[in-house]
Parts: sequence; C-alpha cells; structure tokens
Amino acid sequence: MTAKVGVVVFPGSNCEHDVVEAVDSIGGSGELLWHKDNHLSDVDAVVLPGGFAHGDYLRTGAMARFSPIMEAVCRFAHDGGPVVGICNGFQILTESQLLPGALYKNRGLKFLCQPTTLRVESTSSVLTRGLSQGDELIVPINHFEGNYICSEATLAVLREKSQIVLTYTDNPNGATADIAGICNENGNVVGLMPHPERAAHPLLGSTDGALLLKGLISDD
Amino acid sequence: MSQTFNVAVEVSLREGIADPEGLTIERALPALGFSGVSGVRVGKSLRFVVEAPDEDEARQQVESMCERFLANPVIEDVEIAISGAS
Repeated sequence: MTAKVGVVVFPGSNCEHDVVEAVDSIGGSGELLWHKDNHLSDVDAVVLPGGFAHGDYLRTGAMARFSPIMEAVCRFAHDGGPVVGICNGFQILTESQLLPGALYKNRGLKFLCQPTTLRVESTSSVLTRGLSQGDELIVPINHFEGNYICSEATLAVLREKSQIVLTYTDNPNGATADIAGICNENGNVVGLMPHPERAAHPLLGSTDGALLLKGLISDD
Repeated sequence: MSQTFNVAVEVSLREGIADPEGLTIERALPALGFSGVSGVRVGKSLRFVVEAPDEDEARQQVESMCERFLANPVIEDVEIAISGAS
C-alpha cells in the first residue's frame, strides 16, 4: 500500500509543494493538511515543511506551535507516528517540545543558502533507517536561524541515546556539535535544518535527500 | 476588584550564549568614534497591560506567560517590571 505523507501547511509555509512532489516521486503519496484542522485524517507520516510559519513572529515556530493541528501532531508523535520537521518545521518541533534544544541565528548572521555535506550519525531514526552510519549526503540548507543550541546536559543525553541523526562535515552556522538534525528517544520524531526535498531529483543537483525521505514511506 | 497594571518584559539571550547581533553592533561602534563599549547584548522588549486583583497575581500571570510563550527558556532569560495600578 502506498504510504500517505501529510504535509502541514501553516500560513507562511513555502516548501510544502516541494515535499509533496518529492514524496510522490519516490513512491509515496503526499497530501497537504491545513494547520487549522484538528485531525490528521489517515496519514502514515507527517512532515512540517520549511518556510516562515505565522511570519516567524515572536520566535521561529513560537506561534505555529499553537495551530490547532499541532495537538493532533503531538498525539500522533507520542503514539509513535513518524513526524519530520524540515527547517522551519524543525524550529516548530523544538518550540512544541517534541524535540529538545532551540534554533538560533546563524553564527556570522548570514542567511545561508547552499549545499552542505551531511554525515549520518545514527540510523535509529525514521529518516536514516535505510542508511549506514558514516554515509555522506549532499543536501542544501536555506536558513537564517539554524544554529542548534542546547544545554550540555541535553547534549550528553543526545549523544548517549544516539539522538544526533545528522551532522555537518563543515559546520556552516555554528550549530552545537555540528548538529544538522536530531531525533527523539524513539527515533520517530526527527528535526533537521537541511532540505531533503530540494535534493530529490537529478535536476536539483543531488538525489541524496530522496534517500532520507524514503525512510518515511518504508514499511518497517 | 481587579486593577490594571503596566507590564514591561525584557527578553534577552541567556548568559553564555553567543549573541552575534550584539557582537556585530559592538564591532561597529568604534567606527563612529565610540570606543570602550563592551558587553553589547540585543534582546526584545514587550509592553502590555494586565488586569488582576493585585500585583502579585499580575506577576504570577506574566511569569507564566513568559515561561510558556513569550520567551524560550532554552536560550532566553526574562526580566519583568510591573508598575503600579492606574
């Protein structure tokens, strides 16, 4: 059966169609979900896409967390459903406390839009379960606030429980421990700053992002 | 009977967290002839009015909104100033 991936549209999201396109191209079925809905219909996985949800007012992700659909997303996540936040979606996941830490302005204060090389650190997340530790992937970033920050205690837990999913080989934004993506303890909730949907077709210069998204639609 | 309180909340980055914006401003100041400036930190300020039975209750409400919404305790500290009923 084709896996249905729900992609949540907040006011200000701007990567939702790219995610749907990428999911469809790898054999899944992407479906847009509106942030004001209070249910997820019958999707098998949820993606919070990139953009500027609610204008990023107050802090990135701070308002989106209160969108009605987020209650359903949190329930789905707590029940073990795969939830992936990309870029702004990652920021929403940390504000919702589905993932620890926070994303702050890039070191150097530049908006960064460039390909990055990522290293797979853990294969226990829904995005990396088809990959091997040490694999290198080329996936672009596109953000101003991607500098991952957490306390030393949190970092120790992330390391101990293999929750660091992806790191940058050449840290572009000052992120703690070169972190590009993390997951929760169960591995079903993943947040990452790079955009796998923008590296899902040969025309885009890399298809490595598709390798990550495939984890979302696999049967395991 | 409820009273009205003026609230000022200053949100700043927690100590120890690098503030690239503050640093950039600090580096620019000498070019304008302001030497000897250090420790520049950038934050934001929120002003609003709260209705509550008394100042303690008002403060409790504001503390709770800061914790849950107005600031992110992972990276930010808050300072709350409440001025008299008007």
